[in-house]
Amino acid sequence: MKHLLSIADISREEAITILNTANELAKVSDTPMKKLPTLRGRTIVNLFAEDSTRTRISFEAAAKRLSADVINFSAKGSSVSKGESLKDTAQTLQAMGADAVIIRHGASGAPARLAACEWMSGAVINAGDGTHEHPSQALLDAFTIRKHLSHGKEDLAGLRIVIVGDILHSRVARSNVLLLTKLGARVTVVAPPTLIPYGIESWPVDVAYDFDSVIETADVIMMLRVQLERMSELFFPNAREYSRYFGLNKERLSRMAPHALVMHPGPMNRGLEITADSADSARSVILEQVTNGVSVRMAILYLLLAGDTSIEVGA
Amino acid sequence: MNTVLLATDMARALSRIAHEICERNNGASTITLLGIPTRGAHLAKRLAQLIESIEGAPVQVGTLDTTLFRDDLRLKAPRALMPTAIPSLGIEGRTVVLVDDVLFSGRTIRAALDALGDLGRPARVQLAVLIDRGHRELPIRADFVGKNIPTSLTQSVKVNLSELDGVDEVTISGEATS
Amino acid sequence: MSNDQRNFLIKGGHLADGDGRDIRISDGVITEVGENLAIGESHVVDANGCVILSGLVDLHTHLREPGREDSETVLSGAQAGVKGGYVALSAMANTSPVADTAGVVEQVFRLGQATGLLDVFPIGAVTQGIAGKVLAEIGAMAHSVARVRVFSDDGNCVSDPLVMRRALEYVKQFGGVIAQHAQEPSLTIDSQMNEGVVSALLGLKGWPAVAEEAIIARDVLLAQHVGSRLHICHLTTAGGVEIIRAAKARGIQVSAEVTPHHLLLTDELARGFDPIFKVNPPLRTQADVLALRGGLADGTIDIVATDHAPHPGESKECEWQEAAFGMLGLEHALSIISATMVETGLMTWVDVQDRMSVAPARIAGYENHGCVIEVGSPAHLTIADTNSTYRVDRDQLASKSKNTPFHGMEFKTKVVVTFFNGNVVYHDGRCA
Repeated sequence: MKHLLSIADISREEAITILNTANELAKVSDTPMKKLPTLRGRTIVNLFAEDSTRTRISFEAAAKRLSADVINFSAKGSSVSKGESLKDTAQTLQAMGADAVIIRHGASGAPARLAACEWMSGAVINAGDGTHEHPSQALLDAFTIRKHLSHGKEDLAGLRIVIVGDILHSRVARSNVLLLTKLGARVTVVAPPTLIPYGIESWPVDVAYDFDSVIETADVIMMLRVQLERMSELFFPNAREYSRYFGLNKERLSRMAPHALVMHPGPMNRGLEITADSADSARSVILEQVTNGVSVRMAILYLLLAGDTSIEVGA
Repeated sequence: MNTVLLATDMARALSRIAHEICERNNGASTITLLGIPTRGAHLAKRLAQLIESIEGAPVQVGTLDTTLFRDDLRLKAPRALMPTAIPSLGIEGRTVVLVDDVLFSGRTIRAALDALGDLGRPARVQLAVLIDRGHRELPIRADFVGKNIPTSLTQSVKVNLSELDGVDEVTISGEATS
Repeated sequence: MSNDQRNFLIKGGHLADGDGRDIRISDGVITEVGENLAIGESHVVDANGCVILSGLVDLHTHLREPGREDSETVLSGAQAGVKGGYVALSAMANTSPVADTAGVVEQVFRLGQATGLLDVFPIGAVTQGIAGKVLAEIGAMAHSVARVRVFSDDGNCVSDPLVMRRALEYVKQFGGVIAQHAQEPSLTIDSQMNEGVVSALLGLKGWPAVAEEAIIARDVLLAQHVGSRLHICHLTTAGGVEIIRAAKARGIQVSAEVTPHHLLLTDELARGFDPIFKVNPPLRTQADVLALRGGLADGTIDIVATDHAPHPGESKECEWQEAAFGMLGLEHALSIISATMVETGLMTWVDVQDRMSVAPARIAGYENHGCVIEVGSPAHLTIADTNSTYRVDRDQLASKSKNTPFHGMEFKTKVVVTFFNGNVVYHDGRCA
């Protein structure tokens, strides 16, 4: 792997290697040092053209625990927000000697353009591009699910996972559908028809418009954030109707199987797609997703940067 | 390819090493065996069983992966990580005995010492290896050695263990040039 | 080849129907057509192994001047045109300022004349500023020196049905035609690529086929109702082909064009997010490509038109959603038509001559173009070697811009000589 741009590009074996590596690296947080020398001397740039505290801090923590040097370009106050082009930004990063760029961007495909272009030569890690993909989020979600529900198996075979929300605009949904099915899970997406993408028949998923019909059999219910702006674009009539039929409330929570997990990539619209009860309930692993995010991101950085970066190797 | 150790030779060597460890450390109550994966980990388990039958009490045994502390990471493709499992009493203030199959340049042991340092502060660290083949590149030496086998740099030494390879033996291949 | 020459003999080539013929040209006119003609005083142009077609006519070209001379000028566009075998281009009106007055169309017309390379026929806007609300001075443009007969807001759709009706009615007074860019605006807000399986995977907003077909369906009915001529620009969907076919069967006066890129490329190319493949209307699916080829072959689609759309580097070297829509097309159009239609057996060279020269000239009313190759016709000729494999290199284009999606592709047919008014305006890689 030279870059991590999309789950579509990685194989089942590569995904499992990332999860296994994350397992080992998770132990670092339990040691007194909490730090490894492995990426010392590497320079990693966080290029966040879109606001994000959670993901950026997670990647920063991961990089620092591997002793890499981290430089932050964030949206406000950076030249990216002043309209400097992606190309100019990339050439600047190259001149600074960045070994890797972690990029979050509002345009689908921006990381792919960076990776394909001749403007810079470092590794490119997609931290979320437009409505396309968010690979590290899917990996940490898979890691979390595997930890709780796989009982020692290396993949997610046989698990039934329900993803609820704005599938059409969600990069987390796209990455998760690709990864969870690659790891053997059976995925159902739930949303009003306006928020289901055209051509969903070609995705390896079941589609349900009726959330209640899939609750009892789910091993995991993953809630996605719904943006209120979508109301003005006529995707659903109002917040009340959306949360009544597609929100995870106390009543639906009570019908979940005893072992089933509640997940959410964050940030949450408490009261819209998920109630406070559900978010804070014992079966919610939402905070654990955050912790696991650091280990998974450490694994990604290790596998991309620790070795000879001129070799392209399937892990 | 030459076989330099057969199964019976290996069993005797391990038995002797187990006795030496107990002798040097006045028993086994203060020691923690940490095998370096892959084969060092299996050898550590065997040593633990041997020591347990000598002393009559269970021995602290675990594994220590050195991958993240290697000094040659950037020369090759990234390596998969092996498990690190520290046993219940930890390493703080204890005598850690590192166990590996072959001692060669010494760099793996240097990495293991760095890894240990991040985990805590043992009272002392000793090293047990099945084979010492010479050609040290760092000032590292083993406390307990199964067999010293002089080799040339063009030769390679392979330790086969029944847990992984189906048979217990040590072989050398290649030309013994100077 | 010096342009003092006025007497040429094109030797060793064959006409579109396959007959080997030599052609003598004198003072801008074809003076003799026959087998094994004597050389006499004429300068010989070797056309061995080549097909000789009536000079190609493009009904859809963006020359960018006035306003975006950084990406193309009338002159550089003309150079690209003759390199592609074109002797007539139709300059779309979405310049800056928009070509919605006699003044701008006359400016473009004179710039075209000054090139001496080919005819540039300005297309006038349908509405002021191509904003779709109020009719432009169509009459003034029609009566200007440029004698505009084709009107289009291309770039934008004339989406208001009332405005479209009035425009269709208004141009009847001088036999004009409205060329519609079919795109329902409210269904394509911020759309980036064809709405389909690929767009759903890539997270790029879709441009659904129905947004094109709904306008075509509406406009053929309007054209029927008011008895006027309608032309549909850059048809891209199988559904659109069906609508045109049905409309023609009912006697409606509609014509349609297809671009070379829509006959060859599909939306799968968007997977790398390289905006060199971003175009409006977008690349569609393989099923659409096949339906378009069938429609061009059976005449449902009347002509090939390039929609040559130059853009500067910074408009394409960026993320997809920031990039401009558009591809170059003039220099490789004939090569692509040869590859997709002739080499596949769907059309003959006679058909190609019809779709790329005769029919465009007829639809737009360009009287001196699309003529049969016979004694007395103006000497506008395109000579192409059909056995000359070459590879497209974006750094070796005559256009000022480099946004060709065909970089690196190989084609078998290559334009080698272009005659305009009996002058050699392109030969051997060099424009006159």
